[in-house]
Amino acid sequence: MNAARMTNVIAALCGLLFGAGLMLSEMVNPARVQGFLDLFNGVWDPTLAFVMGGALLVTLPGFALARRRTQPLCADCFAEPAATVIDRPLLLGAALFGLGWGLAGLCPGPALVNLISFEPQALLFVAAMLGGMYCFKVRRG
Amino acid sequence: MIDNYLIWRALVGGMLIGLSATLLYLGSGRIAGISGIAGGLFSTTGDERGWRWRFLLGLLGGGALVKVLGGAVALEFRSSWLLTLVAGLLVGYGTRLGSGCTSGHGVCGLARLSRRSLAALVVFMGVAVLTVLVLSLLREVAL
Repeated sequence: MNAARMTNVIAALCGLLFGAGLMLSEMVNPARVQGFLDLFNGVWDPTLAFVMGGALLVTLPGFALARRRTQPLCADCFAEPAATVIDRPLLLGAALFGLGWGLAGLCPGPALVNLISFEPQALLFVAAMLGGMYCFKVRRG
Repeated sequence: MIDNYLIWRALVGGMLIGLSATLLYLGSGRIAGISGIAGGLFSTTGDERGWRWRFLLGLLGGGALVKVLGGAVALEFRSSWLLTLVAGLLVGYGTRLGSGCTSGHGVCGLARLSRRSLAALVVFMGVAVLTVLVLSLLREVAL
C-alpha cells in the first residue's frame, strides 16, 4: 500500500477512536462543558479535566516517542506548523473561539459528532461553524 | 451530577482521544486538530482533502458506535438559537484564525511542547470561563 492510501486508512481509524472518545466522555453535551467552564456557581463539573488529563496521559509520552523517529511510519515527514511565534492572529483567534465555546458549550469535535443526533440546534451550530471557517478562507484566500 | 462511573468514562474517553491523536501523528505525521481537519476541506486539494474526509466520517462513525452500544448521551442546550448561531460563527472563524481548537492546541499542541499552543489554550480557556460567568450573571439579572 502506498503512503497516501495508508494515511487514509489511519485517518479513518483515528477518526473512529476520536469520535468514540468524545461520546463516551460526554463531551458532546454542551451543558457538561459549560458546567466545567462555570467555576463560580458552587457545583463545578470536573469532567472535562479528566478527559483532557486522560488524553494528555497518552499524547505526552506518545508524541515524545514518535518524535524520536526521523519520520512517521507511513509518511515522509511530521507536520510542523510554519508559525513559531505567539502573534496577534493566534491570540485574537483563540479569544474569539473562547467566546463562542463559552456561549454554546461546543467546540469543533463534539459539534461534528453531534451531527448524528440530528438535533436542530446542533445542526445550526455546525452550519454556522462551517460558515465561519469558510469566511476565514474567503478573507485569507 | 458527577459520579465515579462518569469519571471513568471521562478518563477512558480522554485516553481514546489521546490514542487517536498519537496514532495519527506516529502513522502519518498529521495533527489531530478537528478545526484544522474540517477547515482544511475548504482550502486543500487531492490527497490532503481525502484523509480529512475519512477522519471526519470516522469521527461520526465512532460517536454512532458508542451510541449504538448503549453510551448515548443526552444533549442539553442552555443557550438560545441566536446565541448558538453567533457562537458557531465565532468558533469557526476563531479556530481558523487562531490555528486550532481544543484538540489541535490542547491535546496535540501541549504534547508537541508548543509555546503557541500553550498561549492559545490559556486564552481560550480564560475567555470561555469569563463568558460563562457573564452569561450566568446576566441570567440572574434577567430573573
